[in-house]
Amino acid sequence: MEIVIVSLLNGLVYGMLLFMLASGLTLIFSMMGVLNFAHASVWMLGAYFAYEVSRFIGFLPALIIAPLLCAAVGAAIEVWGLRRVHHNGHVAELLFTFGLVFIIQRSVQMIWGMLPMPYRVPAALDFPLFTIYGANFPAYRGFMLFISALMLLAIWLMLKKTRIGLIIQGALTHPNMVSSLGHNVPLVFTTVFAGGCGLAGLAGVIGGNYLVTESSMADAMGPIVFVVVVFGGLGSLGGCFIASILMGMIQTFAVVIDASIGDVLKPIGIALSSETLLGEILTVPMARIGPLLPYLLMVFILLFRPRGLMGTRDT
Amino acid sequence: MMPFVRQIAASAFALTALCLGQVAHAQGTIKIGYVDPLSGAFAQQGDASLKHFAYLFDRVNAENPPLGKKFEIVPYDSKLQPNEALIALKSVTDQNIPFIMHCAGSNVAAALIDGVAKHNARNPDNRVIYLNCGALASDLTNEKCDFWHFRFDANTGMRAETLVRGLPKTLQSVYVLNQDYLFGQTLQKETKDFLAKLRPDIKIVGEELIPLGKVKDFSPYISKIKASGAQALITGNWGPDLNLMMKAGADAGFELDYYTYLAHVVGGATAVGATGENRLYTVTEFHPNVPVEQKSVEGEKFVTEWRKNHDFDLFQMNNYVLLTMLAKAINKASTTDAYKVALALEDITAKDPLGHDYRMRKEDHQLLEPLYASKFTKDVKYDSEKTGLGWKTVAAVEGKDLDQPTTCKMKRPAS
Amino acid sequence: MSTTLRAGAMPAPRSSLVGPIFRIFLIFALCMALPWLFYNYTTGRHSGFMLTMFSQMGMMAIFALSYNMLMGQAGLLSFGHAVFFGLGGYFCIHLLTAAGGGSLPVPLEILPLIAGLCSMLVAIVFGYMATRQRATAFAMITMGIGELVATAAVMFHAFFGGEGGVSSDRMIDRSLFGLTYSQGVQVYYLIVAWSFISILAMLYLTTTPLGRMANACRDNYERAQFMGYDPKFVRFIQFALSGLFAGIAGGLSAITYEIVTFDSVSGALSANALLMVFIGGTNAFGGPILGAVLITLMQSGVSLISNSWLVYVGVLFIGMVTFAPAGLAGLIAMHSPLQQAGRLKPLIVPYIRIVVPGLVTLIGFVGVVELLSFKTIGAAQGKKLVLFGNPIDATTAQPWLIVTGMFLLGGLWLWREGRWFHTLWEAMMADLKPKKGAAQ
Repeated sequence: MEIVIVSLLNGLVYGMLLFMLASGLTLIFSMMGVLNFAHASVWMLGAYFAYEVSRFIGFLPALIIAPLLCAAVGAAIEVWGLRRVHHNGHVAELLFTFGLVFIIQRSVQMIWGMLPMPYRVPAALDFPLFTIYGANFPAYRGFMLFISALMLLAIWLMLKKTRIGLIIQGALTHPNMVSSLGHNVPLVFTTVFAGGCGLAGLAGVIGGNYLVTESSMADAMGPIVFVVVVFGGLGSLGGCFIASILMGMIQTFAVVIDASIGDVLKPIGIALSSETLLGEILTVPMARIGPLLPYLLMVFILLFRPRGLMGTRDT
Repeated sequence: MMPFVRQIAASAFALTALCLGQVAHAQGTIKIGYVDPLSGAFAQQGDASLKHFAYLFDRVNAENPPLGKKFEIVPYDSKLQPNEALIALKSVTDQNIPFIMHCAGSNVAAALIDGVAKHNARNPDNRVIYLNCGALASDLTNEKCDFWHFRFDANTGMRAETLVRGLPKTLQSVYVLNQDYLFGQTLQKETKDFLAKLRPDIKIVGEELIPLGKVKDFSPYISKIKASGAQALITGNWGPDLNLMMKAGADAGFELDYYTYLAHVVGGATAVGATGENRLYTVTEFHPNVPVEQKSVEGEKFVTEWRKNHDFDLFQMNNYVLLTMLAKAINKASTTDAYKVALALEDITAKDPLGHDYRMRKEDHQLLEPLYASKFTKDVKYDSEKTGLGWKTVAAVEGKDLDQPTTCKMKRPAS
Repeated sequence: MSTTLRAGAMPAPRSSLVGPIFRIFLIFALCMALPWLFYNYTTGRHSGFMLTMFSQMGMMAIFALSYNMLMGQAGLLSFGHAVFFGLGGYFCIHLLTAAGGGSLPVPLEILPLIAGLCSMLVAIVFGYMATRQRATAFAMITMGIGELVATAAVMFHAFFGGEGGVSSDRMIDRSLFGLTYSQGVQVYYLIVAWSFISILAMLYLTTTPLGRMANACRDNYERAQFMGYDPKFVRFIQFALSGLFAGIAGGLSAITYEIVTFDSVSGALSANALLMVFIGGTNAFGGPILGAVLITLMQSGVSLISNSWLVYVGVLFIGMVTFAPAGLAGLIAMHSPLQQAGRLKPLIVPYIRIVVPGLVTLIGFVGVVELLSFKTIGAAQGKKLVLFGNPIDATTAQPWLIVTGMFLLGGLWLWREGRWFHTLWEAMMADLKPKKGAAQ
C-alpha cells in the first residue's frame, strides 16, 4: 500500500512534467503538422536561460523571463525558418527542426561549455512539504505540480474562453476553414509555435533544476514526448494530459514490479532458461523494461486506433 | 584582396590535405592517435580527457622525452560509435602512427581490441598498440585479452575490491544498482562477489539493473530501496543516471549512503552539489587531496599547477603513468616499433609524483595502480568544481595489493 | 520552377533505362579505379582510411536507396529503418562465425544476400504491422519498433551480444574468387559489386508494375484503391523489399568492420537515412546516392578537422530544406531544361557572382564557429587554432573582426546577388516556356 501511494505521487509529478513539455508540442503538432524535433532542445534552452536569469535576478523572475525568451526563440524559428519551408512539405519542416537540434546542442556547448550547470532548487522551496510513510515529499515537487496545474488551467481557459483560443481550436481541427473565414492563419501559427516553445521553456525552468541542466539533457527527452503526443491523439489536449499521466504512472509502477513473464509461466510448468533470445526476453523482470513500455503501448494503440487515444482526426 | 586570395588558396590546400587523409603536423614528434567522443551528447568525456592530456603531455615531454623527442596527440572523434573508432584506426595506421589511445566506452574498446588484433595480423609491417586509458570492464583483460591491448587503468574488479574494503564496519545491508550494459553488469556481478568474499556480514537486500540513460525520475527506485531497508547503495551509475538518483534520494529525505564508482568524473561534483555531503563515496585513481593527506610536496605542486587554469579536478593520474611508461618503454626499445615497444611495456614499472608504484602486469596487460576510496566532504583543502566540497580518502589500496587473478591466456606473436 | 521539379519527379519510362544503365556502368568503372587515386606508392599501401570511407559510402548508398523505396517511391516516412540494416548486420556476423567454424558451407560473397533475406523476414513481420497505417501513424509505429529493437540490442546478450556487440573474422577461407579478404581493398571491391547489383535491382524495381503502383499509392491513395489495387499490400511488399536491401547493406557493414553493435540499429542511423535521402533528393533515383556520399564525407571527413561538424551538418540541412527542397538531385534536375535548350553558358557569370560571396560568407561562418568553440572548448584542450592553414591567435580582436565582418558583409552581398540571380533565373525559365509550348 505504502509503495502504491508513493508511486502514485511520483508518477503524477513525472507525468505533469511530461505534460508541460507535451502540451506545447501537441498544439504545434496538431495545428501545423510539424513533428518538431527541436522541442526538447528548446526545453533545454529554457533550463539554461533559467539558470542564467536566476543567477542574476532570482528564480521567480526566471519563471517568467525564461519562457518568454524561449517563446521569442520559437517565434523567430517560425517566422524566419518554418514559414519559408512550409510550402516544401512536412518532411522538409521536420528536417528543418532536425538541423536545429544539432545547432542548438553545439551552440549550448559553445556558450556554456560541456560541464553541467549548477542550477539548483531555490532555497525558499527546498524543504519537505509533508511526510508519508517516512519519505519526504519535497516542496519543490509540490511547486512543480502547482505550476503545471496552473498551466493546464490557463491553457484551458485560453482555449475555451477567449477569441484567440476559439480560432486556435478551430485551426486545430479545420485549418482550411479558419483560413477561409479570413483569419490570419500564419499569425496564428506563429503564436502557437511561440506559445508551444514558451511552454517548453517553462518546463525547462522547473525541470532544469529538478533534473540536471547539461548539454545532453534534450537527447533522452525528445522521443518520449513524441510518444505522449501521438498516444494522446492529435488535436486533443485532454488526450495529451491523460497520456502524460499514464506514461508517468506506467514508468513509475513498472519499476516496483520485479516479476517477469517467465515468472507468470512458471506455475503452469514452463521453465525458461535465459540462454536463448526468446528465453531472455521472457525472463527479464518488468522493472528492467519499464522505460520501454511507452513505446510498446504506442505501437499497440497505433495498430488498432491510428488516431491515438482521444484524437479528433487521423494522424 | 591579397589576404583573401591567400585564404582561398589555404582553404583549398586544407581541403586537399583532408582528401589525402593527412593533416600536416610538426616533424620530429612521436604521435599518439587518440579516439574519443569529441562531439555530440557525450563530448564531455572526451573533452575532459583532452584537457588532462594537454597538461600531462607537457609534463611528460619535459620529464621523460621519448628518444629525445616529444609526444604529440592526434585527436579523432569516435562519436562513441565503434564504427567511427575503427575508421579512425585506419587513419592512424595510414599515417604510420604506432599508438592508438582510447578512454571512453567499453563497447568501443571491445571493437578496437578486435580491430587492432586483426589489423596487426594482416599487416605485419604496420602494426599498432592500443593504449586503453579508461574502458574499465574487466572482461577486456580476461576473456577478451590481447597482446596488443594495454589497459592503463584499474578494471572493475579492482575497483569493486577497493570499494568493498572501504565500506565502514558498521554497515549491515546494501542495495546494488547498476546500468544495464556491459560495464554495469560487470560491476553488478563483481560487487556481489567481493561482498560475499570480503564482507560476508553485509546483507544484499536488493539488486537492480536500470536501462542506461532512459530513466528521468528515480523516485520509484528510491522508494523501492527504502522499502528494502538498505543502509547504503552501491552503484556504478555515472552522468545523469547518478545525479538524478542522488537528487531523488535527497528529495525524499532518505538517509542513504551512496558508494559509487564514477561520481568523481568531470561534472559529477557540480551536478550532485551539497546533496552529496558526507554521504557520497567514490573509488578513484587519484584526487586533489591525496598529496595533502600523504604530505607530498611534489604531488601537491602537480595539483596546484593544474588548478591554476582548470575548474574541474585532476584525477587521471593513470594517464600520467601511461605516458611515462610509454616513454620509458620506447627508450628501452630505442624504437617506436609496435612489437618491440609492446614487449618493453610488459612488466614495466613507474612512479607517480607522489612516489607510488605502478606496474603493467605481463599476464594480461593490466595496470596495477593504487586506488582511493573517498568521501565527498567539506573537510578538505581542495574542493571540486568550486562546490566547496571535495574528496577525502577513507581507504587507500596500493597497486600491488590489487593483484587479482586473471583468466587471460595471452597469445604472443613470435616476432 | 515548379514545372521542372515535376519533370524530375516523373519516373523514368522503361525505354529510357538504357541511359541510366550506361551511366551506372561508367560510375562502376570509376568506383573500381577510385582506391588507386589514394594509393601510396612509397609504402605500397592503400589508404585504409579512404578505403573504409568509400566502403562506408557504398553501403550507405544501398541503405539510402532502400530507404528511398519507402520515402521517395511509396511516400512512407519511416523512423526505424536502421532496424533492418542492423539486423542484417547481426545476421551476417552470426553467419560469418558459422561459416568460419565450418558449419555453413557458403562463400563469403553470398553472406550479405542471406543476411538480407533474413532481414526481409523481419521486415515482413514488422511491415505487416506498420503498413496497415499511413502518414504519422506509420512513422510513429516504425519509431516505436526502432526504439524497442535498439534497447533490446543492449539488453539481450544471446543474439545481440549486449553493449560490446558481436564480432567475428571475415577471413573464412571460402570465397567464390579465391580471395582472402585480408585487405580492405578486397572488401571494397566486394562492396562495389554488391552496391551495383543492389542499385541495378532497385532501379529495375522502379520500372516494374510494383514500383509504379507504389508511386500511385503515394500520389493518390484513394484513386489507386478504386483501380482495384490494394495499396496496403503494395506498401507491404515495398516495405519487405526495402528491408531486404537494407539487410544487404547491413551485412556488408558486418563484413567491413567485423563487428556489429547496437549503434547499427539505433535511431541515430535511422535519422541518418532520412537525412541522406532528403539531402540527395527523393525524386530522382540517384539522389539518395549523392546524399549518402555527402553525409558520409561530412561524418568521417569534416569531423576529422572540426569538432563542430554537427553545426555544419545542421546548417547544411537547414539550408537545403529552405533553398533546395528537392535535394542535390533536384538542383541538378533544375538545369536540365536549360541544358536541353543549350542555355547553360549564360549562367556561368551569374554563378561566379553568387559563388564568390557564398565562399566569403562560408569562410566567415566557419571562422566564427571555430573561434567561438575554440574559446570555450578547444583552448582548454590544449589545441592550437589553425584556420584554413593559418595559425590564429584567438585572444586578439583581429581574427574575430575579420571573420565576423566576412560573415556579415558576405551574407549581405550574397543576399543581394541571390536576389538578382533569382530574378535572372525566373526570367530565363519564363523565356524557355513559350518555346516549349511552340514545340508542342
